[in-house]
Amino acid sequence: MRYSGFKVIREALRGHKGWGPAWRDPEPKSHYDIIIIGGGGHGLATAHYLAKIYGQRNVAVIEKGWIGGGNVGRNTTIIRSNYLLDGNEPFYEFSLKLWEGLEQDLNYNAMVSQRGIMNLIHSDAQRDAFTRRGNAMILNGADAELLDEAQIRAEYPFLNFNDARFPIKGGLAQRRGGTVRHDAVAWGYARGADQNGVDIIQNCEVTGFRIEDGKCLGVETSKGFIGANKVGCAVAGNSGRMMSKAGMRLPIESHVLQAFVSEGLKPVLPGVITFGAGHFYVSQSDKGGLVFGGDLDGYNTYAQRGNLPVVEDVCEGGMGLMPMIGRARLLRMWGGIMDMSMDGSPIIDRTHVDGLYFNGGWCYGGFKATPASGYCFAHLLANDAPHPVATAYRFDRFDKGRMIDEKGMGNQPNLH
Amino acid sequence: MIINHPLLGPRDSAEFVYLGDATLIDRPDWQSETALKDFSDYAYLRDNPAGEHRELWFHEGGDRSWLVVTRNTLTHEISKVELARDVARARGRSK
Amino acid sequence: MSQKNRLSGGQIDRNTTLNFTFDGKRYTAHPGDTLASALLANGVRLMGRSFKYHRPRGVLTAGSEEPNAIVELRSGNRQEPNTRATTIEMFDGLSANSQNRWPSLKFDAMAINDRFSNFLTAGFYYKTFMWPAAFWEKIYEPIIRKAAGLGSLSMQEDPDEYDKGFRHCDLLIIGAGPSGLMAALTAARSGADVIVADEDFAMGGRLNSETLSINDAAATDWVAQSVAELSSMPNVRLMPRTTVIGAFDHGIYGAVERVGDHLASQPAGKPRQILWRIYTKRAILCAGATERPIAFENNDRPGVMLASALRTYANRFAATPAQRVAVFTNNDDGHRTAADLHAKGVKIAAVVDTRPDAPTSMDYEVLAGAQVVDSKGRLGLTFVEVKQADGSNRTLECGALGVSGGWNPNVHLTCHQRGRPTWNDELAAFVPGDDLPVGLSVAGAATGGLSTHAALESGAKAAKAALGLKGRLPKLPEAEDAPVSMTPFWYVKGAQRAWLDQQNDVTVKDVKLSHQEGFISVEHLKRYTTLGMATDQGKTSNMGALAIMAELTGKSIPETGTTIFRPPYTPVPIATMAGRMRGMEFHPTRLTPSHYWAKEQGAVFVEVGNWMRAQWFPKPGETHWRQSVDREISQTRASVGICDCTTLGKIDVQGTDAAEFLNKVYCNAFAKLAVGKTRYGLMLREDGIAMDDGTAARMAEDHFVVTTTTAKAGNVYQHMEFVRQCLYPDMDVQLISTTEAWAQIAVAGPNSRKLLQKIVDPEFDISNEGFPFMGCGKITVCGGLRARLFRISFSGELAFEIAVPARYGDAMMRRLMSEGKEFGVVPYGTEALGAMRIEKGHAAGNELNGTTTALNLGMGRMVSKKKDSIGSTLSEREGLNEEGALMLVGVKPVDDTQKITAGAHLMNVDGPVDAAHDQGYVTSAAYSPSISSSIGLAFLKNGGERKGEKMRLVSPLTNLTVDVEIVSAHFVDPEGERLRA
Repeated sequence: MRYSGFKVIREALRGHKGWGPAWRDPEPKSHYDIIIIGGGGHGLATAHYLAKIYGQRNVAVIEKGWIGGGNVGRNTTIIRSNYLLDGNEPFYEFSLKLWEGLEQDLNYNAMVSQRGIMNLIHSDAQRDAFTRRGNAMILNGADAELLDEAQIRAEYPFLNFNDARFPIKGGLAQRRGGTVRHDAVAWGYARGADQNGVDIIQNCEVTGFRIEDGKCLGVETSKGFIGANKVGCAVAGNSGRMMSKAGMRLPIESHVLQAFVSEGLKPVLPGVITFGAGHFYVSQSDKGGLVFGGDLDGYNTYAQRGNLPVVEDVCEGGMGLMPMIGRARLLRMWGGIMDMSMDGSPIIDRTHVDGLYFNGGWCYGGFKATPASGYCFAHLLANDAPHPVATAYRFDRFDKGRMIDEKGMGNQPNLH
Repeated sequence: MIINHPLLGPRDSAEFVYLGDATLIDRPDWQSETALKDFSDYAYLRDNPAGEHRELWFHEGGDRSWLVVTRNTLTHEISKVELARDVARARGRSK
Repeated sequence: MSQKNRLSGGQIDRNTTLNFTFDGKRYTAHPGDTLASALLANGVRLMGRSFKYHRPRGVLTAGSEEPNAIVELRSGNRQEPNTRATTIEMFDGLSANSQNRWPSLKFDAMAINDRFSNFLTAGFYYKTFMWPAAFWEKIYEPIIRKAAGLGSLSMQEDPDEYDKGFRHCDLLIIGAGPSGLMAALTAARSGADVIVADEDFAMGGRLNSETLSINDAAATDWVAQSVAELSSMPNVRLMPRTTVIGAFDHGIYGAVERVGDHLASQPAGKPRQILWRIYTKRAILCAGATERPIAFENNDRPGVMLASALRTYANRFAATPAQRVAVFTNNDDGHRTAADLHAKGVKIAAVVDTRPDAPTSMDYEVLAGAQVVDSKGRLGLTFVEVKQADGSNRTLECGALGVSGGWNPNVHLTCHQRGRPTWNDELAAFVPGDDLPVGLSVAGAATGGLSTHAALESGAKAAKAALGLKGRLPKLPEAEDAPVSMTPFWYVKGAQRAWLDQQNDVTVKDVKLSHQEGFISVEHLKRYTTLGMATDQGKTSNMGALAIMAELTGKSIPETGTTIFRPPYTPVPIATMAGRMRGMEFHPTRLTPSHYWAKEQGAVFVEVGNWMRAQWFPKPGETHWRQSVDREISQTRASVGICDCTTLGKIDVQGTDAAEFLNKVYCNAFAKLAVGKTRYGLMLREDGIAMDDGTAARMAEDHFVVTTTTAKAGNVYQHMEFVRQCLYPDMDVQLISTTEAWAQIAVAGPNSRKLLQKIVDPEFDISNEGFPFMGCGKITVCGGLRARLFRISFSGELAFEIAVPARYGDAMMRRLMSEGKEFGVVPYGTEALGAMRIEKGHAAGNELNGTTTALNLGMGRMVSKKKDSIGSTLSEREGLNEEGALMLVGVKPVDDTQKITAGAHLMNVDGPVDAAHDQGYVTSAAYSPSISSSIGLAFLKNGGERKGEKMRLVSPLTNLTVDVEIVSAHFVDPEGERLRA
């Protein structure tokens, strides 16, 4: 059913009896052209674009739990394309453009809100680096704006300009950045894919791949074997576990990133703000909660929870930057498992197994990438060739020395 | 978390800095015919297990020793803590 | 009229009267009250508005699980939004305001939302507000945002102080009700170190709210005796007003102590709250249970509350919301409320019990097999509509209704490490599962044992088990042991606008719609309806919704799902989590040895990591920083300048294998470096990218002094220890960081030797022959002070760095200044330092940016192929050795009045300006007084071959385009003659 203001009114007047399930709950068929493992944002987006853009209708998404239960449902909802490197910036800008048209594409209001993102600058070296980045963004067709301290003061008078240990000296803004209602992204893509015939199969765990003569024939699941011409894996956080079933070791470690939300407050923050001298970034949701986060806990883990030192570190960053939030209360904290890759950039590529494709390594930047990741993965699955904006996201870039290292941290995933 | 340092006893993990999989001790032979591939695998590929994981922690806020901690990545339970130097020697590293 | 609903008795101090205001109106209260109890005593039931429909809200509970009665406490920069009236301890002068209403609590214009509730159902916003596309952000969202949110922040800095601390114990007991106190007594008497934490200001838990007896006396007497005994024991620490917020790994618990929230103002220097990290060997969760409501039509009016809360207000606080109350229950516990209030003289309209076999009473009417089906009263309850067992309806007049749907054990902390609770049929509730955090056990009502006896017994047993105590259980005090008698009853059939989550306005109807649209799993239900996402975290609402979803899906509740809980148990101020790490204390501040001297000179300082460094030294008459910096550079290059460079990392490397060790960590060779010589070293990461650079000075055959950049000092040290311990464990080499041990001062300029000769003791020859370029040695200065001297140069001038023990750094600086007067010695700061190194073409942090190789830096040939060093193998990968790789070059404007901007990109003179045609970027830029031009260092594709080429430097970000020329990176003295002079 198409959603519209008219339908909302009509249903309101007749007791909402007309709304049906947002997506079907089908039994799996014995064979699909393409199977996507993972009913998170990236997997569902892949399915949506496979069906809508690439005309693939015989597609299933297989999810071990409930869709949207992974990182698409546990992040800080930020979208942006303020990347530096050529391998990244066109991809993220493509993603941002897809965000801008998402609601019309999906007929689902995911509340894409381009409230802007401001990366604060606290040193001359940081200004030099952000200048280079802002120029790279503009040269790639994105928007960027450099602000000086006075402009930051005028726009964000509540920041600490009084006794800051690391005074604010400016900021790099991307006005088209912002936030999105994260759960709605999963639901919107699920509904979009479902309406184009994609089977979304929940509570079905993939337990292995059936690989014969170097070719993937399908997946073993808790609901039995399901055959496929092609299998795409999009299980960020669990990529290592899943691909080990195909005998692969990945350039990825799993880490936990904690995120936080405060109690609901009347509007105080205009957009997304990131602290340049500590681990803290924050925005305010439409419901009024301050949504914020910081650094990884830093050790390999698959437990979706973190520890106190990082909670404290993040709140210290918050108080260092904007001490007016002191009496706001931290309401809820949660952890998501991140595929931390060896250069901080993702992988969308074929594997050494014919018919088996991989999408992962999103570090903690996966949410903003959701539309482009799905689009490019769909492109790869449909055409067996990378999408033009995702050509750099290959497995062999490490062997060849073509890392895409935005932060310059090298092969230590917890520093990206 | 608490790491039971073999020399210093239980210490808060906040005193330590984490590096990663203890296989980083097994640095390949630079003169091997396959050195380039060996080093690439060594530097970039990980088992990343869900379960027991041997990993390197540096006691930055303490005695500056590197430790090999055996920790479960599902429960965070630590079952063993060794001096990395001892582990390295046991794996045949010397000079 | 004062306190018209104040009852007799209670744990309040009637001898003292406190004044407070709510929404500007004045009231009185007594010590021992909460804001909620005081408002009820004063006849105030309306305390807030709900989130979405702005429905009138009164208090639902008497504890931290409160969803409704949330207020803005205090005013000005101490305004504290969303504060639970049920946990605000009364103090004289307290002021609070209702929130999320306009213009007033009684007449809230936004209550119009309630009229449109049919349109504002769960998830309605996902289906609309999409047309036209631009309207979401410009029209719809601003309206929604403005309407959303609850309380407001003052937008001013929180003026209070916060602290953090660490505590250790054998046993942490979380909750000081009957089980917690009994566990504490048992443990403490055995001599164990015990901490008892309770969120309430009065210990005793539920016993404070009941009229029970223990050992034939009032239960509160037993509480007082127990607390007194525990207080007297040196091995016990009682922590009232302390909420254990989370169970973290390895027995570490987070706890928040509210030290000053009950005071009218904070004593000077005292923190408002303290975050404790409690390190425990074992812990027992004695957190009790929370009563749950029953959903019925319009069950959200002020006056409708939990039956146990009604009892707490009457017994503990001597307050009642009304003089005529009713009770709606599915269990025996609800009848206690009627009995206790009746005993206090409150009129009981009736007890409505869903069970046909409900107990009867001589004192008031019991309607067995009946249900409350609706309520009336615009701003507070006036009537309830009851459907009686025979099907007839009856209206009861009452100003309050106590609702009891049974009890949910407070299992929260048992789930903090992702443990799952298990279902208990008898209680129709989740109880702790068996996958608890290691070291945690549970006692009392939190296990589902709801009687006082069960609490006491399980508390004693848990303490014994936790500490491994031998012997029999202590003699338990005599107490009631009533069995649980309840029949699950979650909601009145047919009810639609029956509230589950009262704060977020989630009703039975919303759960049904969620089910209808396929949002069936608990996670989907919560996210789609916002159930349990409010400030109370669904403590009173999640179970009811889950039960309804179970009914809709035809599955049992445990099959439908469990709700697990995440920290914190109750919300924690962000300031508390930050403690003292804010303002100037956000990070530690490191000062150089000459900091105070520099301050005396009027230096301007800059943050460099955690260091504060002198940026430049203004002289009288200088109005722009460039004047100072240009002067410092010119004078240094003309005569002599000095600069404190202590912040550079210094690592002592000693041992017979020291040289071989440096051969491993530097890509260039060190084995053959002569004693008394210094060499530049480039350190690679294992991936072949430059990590850091610096110098290594061979002070003796087995002793090197390594320097690192300021920024990377810690990383390099850690890396070198990794190489030493993990890769070459048998090398005879020791490392120690001596960054803070030595004050190091650069003395640069043509007169630097002359200046140093005045202070270096005469037996040391520092002439060009005796101490040539790159020499190093141990010397003495000023008549015997040990020092190290290095003839190294960052500025490109004849230069030395002299190191003395850190405590002499200040004196050395002063001495150099006074001895240097005859040469016009000038101190220079980081700006001049940076400009001079750019003039000389030395790479620094901006060039060593973590993506550049030795090749990029123009040092490709330095990577020795004859030896194994960290990074040497992977630096050979094809992608790092491509044709046209970026190379470090110099850039200067064709028109020297124009400026080079760091971060600008290089483009060919002709052709498009876009990413595809990007040729490189400027890493560092400065004004060079030496060549009277702005200059820069840049990475340029194939830069080694392009000297003399004209290019365009573009910075669209700052609207700049400058014609530039590519030149050598060595702007000053390219032959290096000055260095060797």
